[in-house]
Amino acid sequence: MKAVTAQHIKKSYNGVQALKGVSLEVEEGEIFGIIGPDGAGKTTLFRILTTLLLPDSGSAMVKGFDVIKAYKLIRRKVGYMPGRFSLYHDLTVVENLRIFASLFNTSIEENYDLIKDIYQHIEPFKKRRAGALSGGMKQKLALSCALIHRPEVLFLDEPTTGVDPLSRKELWEMLKKLKKQGIAILVSTPYMDEASLCDRIALIQHGIFLKTETPQKIIAQFENILWSVHSKQMFQLLKDLRSNPHVLSCYAFGDTHHITVEKKKAAPHEAAITIAELEAFLKEKGHLDIKIDPIQAGIEDSFLELANK
Amino acid sequence: MEFYHIFRDRWTAIMLLALPVLMIILFGFGISTEIKNSKVAVYDPSQDVATQTIVDNLAANAYFDLETYVNTPKEIETIFQKSDIGLLVVFSENFYENLLHTGEAQVQLITDGTDPNTASTLVSYATSIIEEYQAELLGNDKGPTYQISPITKLLYNPNLTAVYNIVPGVLGLVLILICTMMTSVSIAREKELGTMEVLLVSPISPLLIVLSKIAPYFLISVVDLISLLVISVFLMGVPINGSFFVLTCLSLLFILLALSLGLLISTIAESQMSALLMSAMGLIMPVSLLSGLMFPIENMPLLLQVLAQFVPAKWYIDALRDVMIKGLGFSSIILEVSILLGMLVVLVLTSLRNFKVRLE
Repeated sequence: MKAVTAQHIKKSYNGVQALKGVSLEVEEGEIFGIIGPDGAGKTTLFRILTTLLLPDSGSAMVKGFDVIKAYKLIRRKVGYMPGRFSLYHDLTVVENLRIFASLFNTSIEENYDLIKDIYQHIEPFKKRRAGALSGGMKQKLALSCALIHRPEVLFLDEPTTGVDPLSRKELWEMLKKLKKQGIAILVSTPYMDEASLCDRIALIQHGIFLKTETPQKIIAQFENILWSVHSKQMFQLLKDLRSNPHVLSCYAFGDTHHITVEKKKAAPHEAAITIAELEAFLKEKGHLDIKIDPIQAGIEDSFLELANK
Repeated sequence: MEFYHIFRDRWTAIMLLALPVLMIILFGFGISTEIKNSKVAVYDPSQDVATQTIVDNLAANAYFDLETYVNTPKEIETIFQKSDIGLLVVFSENFYENLLHTGEAQVQLITDGTDPNTASTLVSYATSIIEEYQAELLGNDKGPTYQISPITKLLYNPNLTAVYNIVPGVLGLVLILICTMMTSVSIAREKELGTMEVLLVSPISPLLIVLSKIAPYFLISVVDLISLLVISVFLMGVPINGSFFVLTCLSLLFILLALSLGLLISTIAESQMSALLMSAMGLIMPVSLLSGLMFPIENMPLLLQVLAQFVPAKWYIDALRDVMIKGLGFSSIILEVSILLGMLVVLVLTSLRNFKVRLE
């Protein structure tokens, strides 16, 4: 049995089509990442799968139960962590945990082994009010609360947004441990660099899945020739690169620009312009310290390529 | 769990428990009891040393301004209608002589009873001035005792019944305020913070969630009801003339009604702000204006009179007056009770129908 399946889910909100026919399948014990920018429809999809919203059309099942008809059964089996911090700010850490345990008719002690790794990080602060925790701590507490009833499927909507890099890393390590317990995990994130931590990912934009694959395959399927370019005047460089007729796209990536280059019509694996030619072109524009290297594509490059198709 | 919230936020707790007490005291005793420069008229047929001194003392006092003298007894009747004086002092004839020979003299303090708070304040000020003079006389002359007895007369509202009317009104207002506003706001808060999302994705039935949020407010309302009754009986001297049991049942019915109104609002309102506005604009205003608490319904334009029939507090306050002040039994409030019951059923059914097990 698949942990989650969805077919052609469509959903409109106030005249805006948030989801335009999304389908997915998530296996048991899989970390499935839904990756895309803000406003792509990630939260809407999560709310439909967690029975909080009804789809306009299409169908979805969680653990073999229909999200529309059997929503009560699904609510027993899933753990859900919404995008924004949704715990009681004015209650302490341990009070929050206790409330969620009692909501699911269980106790902290009963499932302590499952949350132990996560909860240990925040246990020193258990008497502190949840609202006074740091971003990373809040997410760890929210995750603990979502796990307290030993869910079979875990839905995490942007768990790492607004969290420091170290806590992000820790959260992902925890997800890997949970996966080993056979829990299927659906996680959404706007951070492309987190894609490689998932077993499979779906790239989403404007309510459409661009592609659903393993991160490795998505990268392998990158079709264009990709170079990174660096010079002293990075902003001017962006403009000048875009003015070159052989450069198909150009985006700023941290301290370099990534460009895709036109291919030769006769030989589709070769660039229509050589690195030396491009360097000469940029020198003419007055750039100094030019550095151009062919590079391997990352998820973000793939996303941009797919999004521009 | 909601108890944790309420008492964690100490100010909310204080407000919920102390506000009703404060309100009833404010309304009951009048918002301003300090009165300055009230206009005084005097009818003084004696024109002797004693009356002159008393009038001078009154005029010298910061609270009173001597406005005019009344010359004939007839004018006493009309002076309140003609001018805006607050107090009329009427001395008996041969005031000083009577005082000297019989040891007794009478002075009448007539006030406008339509504003009972001002009236009673003015009377007590004037009385103390007269008593001072009396003490002076006694101090000067160690002879026989002199007794000036002020007689107070209230025009238009002889029994100062404002307090009697206020107490049931404030009860109605406070209960609506706490039950309806606080429940709707607290449920809207869950929606706003996003905790409702998490609560919904749990095996607990959504209805149970809401009921558990309402329960503490029910208890707080009961505590408030008790404290309000205690204050009105012991502090303000408003008697409970009717059956305490009927009174309690009636109030519990009204509390349930107010809670279900809050539930209904919470099914509509998405944020704390809109819940607050809806309860404030949609409830507090009509309750205070249309329930007969501030203005008599009989004097309103027809449209408002019709609207007033839909305000639950109006029926509750009416019934409460019947039971508490008039001491009538259950049989006399059957109409009010059945209307309140009907409203309760309608409200509960509508909010159940409106109730969402999902986010939209």
